[in-house]
Amino acid sequence: MNYEFDWSSIPGALPFLWEGMKVSLEITVIAVIFGIVWGTLLAMMRLSPVKPLAMFAAGYVNLFRAIPLVMVLLWFFLIVPQVLRGAFNLDPNTDVRLTSAMIGFALFESAYYSEIIRAGIQSVPKGQVSAASALGMSYAQAMRLVVLPQAFRNMVPLLLTQAIVLFQDTSLVYVSALADFFGAAYKVGDRDGRLVELLLFAGAVYFVLCFSLSQVVRRLQKRMAMV
Amino acid sequence: MSYNWNWGIFGNPVPTGDTTYLGWMLSGLQTTVLLSLSAWVIALALGSLMGVLRTVPHKGLSGIAAAYVEVFRNIPLLVQLFIWYFVLPEVLPFGLGERFKQDLDPVTQQFVSAMVCLGFFTSARVCEQVRSGINALPRGQKNAGLALGFTLPQTYRYVLLPMAFRLVVPPLTSEFLNIFKNSAVCSTIGLLELAAQGRQLVDYTAQPYESFIAVTVLYLIINIVVMLLMRVIETRSRVPGYIGGK
Repeated sequence: MNYEFDWSSIPGALPFLWEGMKVSLEITVIAVIFGIVWGTLLAMMRLSPVKPLAMFAAGYVNLFRAIPLVMVLLWFFLIVPQVLRGAFNLDPNTDVRLTSAMIGFALFESAYYSEIIRAGIQSVPKGQVSAASALGMSYAQAMRLVVLPQAFRNMVPLLLTQAIVLFQDTSLVYVSALADFFGAAYKVGDRDGRLVELLLFAGAVYFVLCFSLSQVVRRLQKRMAMV
Repeated sequence: MSYNWNWGIFGNPVPTGDTTYLGWMLSGLQTTVLLSLSAWVIALALGSLMGVLRTVPHKGLSGIAAAYVEVFRNIPLLVQLFIWYFVLPEVLPFGLGERFKQDLDPVTQQFVSAMVCLGFFTSARVCEQVRSGINALPRGQKNAGLALGFTLPQTYRYVLLPMAFRLVVPPLTSEFLNIFKNSAVCSTIGLLELAAQGRQLVDYTAQPYESFIAVTVLYLIINIVVMLLMRVIETRSRVPGYIGGK
């Protein structure tokens, strides 16, 4: 092996890399929260007896699941700035890339979350809904008090796994030159001519984070398994 | 906000004059399809091998396969791609990296890196599907194979795998779809596949909406074609007696 490794540019760059990591985490958290809320609504629409609602949700989910995330992000980096500027009279120089990324990820991931949540709702035995309506609950009450609490309990591991996937996917904001953790690592490596070291370092950090989180999820899964 | 729609741009010649913008789109589509199919061959071969290794009664071998899956699942695809493309040629021993950089033209370098990256990335997922397919078979099947005097490799070859592969066709379908979608990530290393051609068109024509709509529609078409194709394969490979079977 004739490549001379030189890791010396990493320690000095740590604060910059941490700034990038904060961007990655921020996008992940916003997209997870929004994705679960909007995803739940989509799943309920899709399972509802109201035809237009069910069709809208099915169309939304299938459209987003058929397009590559890179393409979705490119769309959002094109459209969101124009819409925001039009709506709020923003200065054309305001940097809205982070907002665009968050909106893009949130809307994209909610399609995937809605599929997980739909499967979770469907995993609750039908008798539970019948029992709830026999007790005089309305459809909304049955959902909120009986079905969803059980469904979410089953779904927590899957939702967390999806969050790990989402965290990995945030590296794709690279297409907009937004400095998330990966973007920051790439910039430092490019500046110092140490791309090899910085890319390996970034890979190692992602691996450690995602692997340990997935082990936590696995343990949780065992503990929460319903009898 | 006024936008001048001009769908005629696709018929315009590109600056070099040797094709039209539509020609660029189609060559991008071709690259996407070629890249995804060749990566799928790698993914299926490696993934099946690893999936088998994960189930064999040998701690070392199944441990290696498990580690393999964890590595490829816990690093973002983009980072993996950059490592294959930027890091590996630098650190490969015996001058292999030098030869990769000197003997291949840049486009081939990008294509090979992208293909290998997508192939390995997807193989970890295929491995998990194959493993769950093998584990879904009743335990008696393996024992019966061994009791008949088959060796372990023979049991896999003649008893377990033919069934397991038929069981995992539906989940493999979604991995096959994913490989087309994931191939869009390869635009980041400059490979001119569909998404990259779309961005290039925006730079040259300043008509972002037409170009993005065209690219999105082409991805949707790929998606529909693959789904229809896989539905045929799924119907033919169904196992009688199982839910959804014949």
